[in-house]
Amino acid sequence: MEPILFFNELLGSYGLILKGILMTVKISVQAIIYGTAAGLIIGIILEYGYPPLRYLFRFYVDFIRGIPVLVQILAAYYILSVIGIQLSTLGAGILALSIFCSSHVAEITRGALQAIPKGQIEAAKSISLTFRKTVIYVLLPQALRQMLPTWVNTATEIVKASTLLSIIGVTELLMTIQQLISRTFLSLEFYFLVGFIYFLINFTIERIGKGIEAKVTIA
Amino acid sequence: MSTDPLLKIESLHKSFGTVEVLKGVDFSMNQGEVISIIGSSGSGKTTILRCINLLEEYQQGSVTLDGVVMGYKTDNNRRVRLPESVLVKHRSMTGMAFQQFNLFPHMTALRNVTLGLIKALNMDKDEAIATAERWLERVGMLARKEHYPSQLSGGQQQRVAIARAIAMNPRLMLFDEVTSALDPELVNEVLSVIKSLATDGMTMLLVTHEMAFAADVSNRIVFMNEGVVEEIGPPEQIFKAPKSERLASFLKGTTI
Repeated sequence: MEPILFFNELLGSYGLILKGILMTVKISVQAIIYGTAAGLIIGIILEYGYPPLRYLFRFYVDFIRGIPVLVQILAAYYILSVIGIQLSTLGAGILALSIFCSSHVAEITRGALQAIPKGQIEAAKSISLTFRKTVIYVLLPQALRQMLPTWVNTATEIVKASTLLSIIGVTELLMTIQQLISRTFLSLEFYFLVGFIYFLINFTIERIGKGIEAKVTIA
Repeated sequence: MSTDPLLKIESLHKSFGTVEVLKGVDFSMNQGEVISIIGSSGSGKTTILRCINLLEEYQQGSVTLDGVVMGYKTDNNRRVRLPESVLVKHRSMTGMAFQQFNLFPHMTALRNVTLGLIKALNMDKDEAIATAERWLERVGMLARKEHYPSQLSGGQQQRVAIARAIAMNPRLMLFDEVTSALDPELVNEVLSVIKSLATDGMTMLLVTHEMAFAADVSNRIVFMNEGVVEEIGPPEQIFKAPKSERLASFLKGTTI
């Protein structure tokens, strides 16, 4: 351990580290937003959609969940460029993580919807709500409450998976730290630091999740 | 028009898979009439209500409510179920209270009642709240309007559920064993709400196991047996002088 040397290096490079953190947060937040939006819609289709559509998305979800997220990232970057879609490394990375996130959110949405008693839909029908309004006002509010803890877990998985974008050359937090290590050889110190930062990011997400949970739980 | 019955059920057949639950049910109801359907479990009582408000599909027969043939039309001699958008309109002529209440757990009593008024009837918010409060008061639940279902007893939940259904101003109210899931001491508060609605002239079709209540509140009783109407008539006839042997033996097990 070289504490004095390490703190000196830290003072000189905290701007870079901060930039890395911001990049990791930016990637994660975007992937979680896109993935959740798509996942909710796919989850609703999985539970209530017309059979052909349902089978199509069943296949999508099972297929994506069966592939390592690293393979998805490499595929988004290399395969898409082969068929003429040229994404930046960052764009390809966010796309891959969004798809990964959507498959997980779809599955937990479907599970949460399935757990709602059938009488809820019948009650909504009996007061003449259309199916669309039943989903919006009756089913989703109950499903979202139910799936919140699992969804928070998925969000932290996305933050952790964002480290894999370093493989295709996105300068997120882990990549930034690795560059600092290759310059300073302070691997122990910097790996400890980066682990701690990831822990802090995910701890914050968990706390926010718990806060929301406390707020929306019905007494 | 006014001499026509409000509800006319003709030759209603309903099967679940290979099991035929309704084997040709016919009866009609006049405006303002209260009819109770009695019969042993599995005789098809609840299924009749669920066919009337189109929660179930049925294979044959028709339900006409206020001159409207509910849920189906005939195209080139083929019987077609109407699209969901039309079913929603037809369904709005009926209100239903369920055995398990089925209140929306994430909404207060008040919002449970206003939801349909605002989102289905497009009432504006103030009017919806006023209407909902009027009905909640009517069922004795106004003081608990900000409570969530989980904070209410079964009897209170059922009264809110009745307010939710009736606030939609249906032509016909359907009550599906609304006291069967309640503790005995909570049954009366719900029955007295139903009775006061009957006194008001609301047309009501009830499925119930409360024989004394059925006799007290109904103009006529329908006795269902094995998927058909075995006997229909005023309570005095049904309970005191049953014509069919099956009804007589069914009533032996009950007290009135």
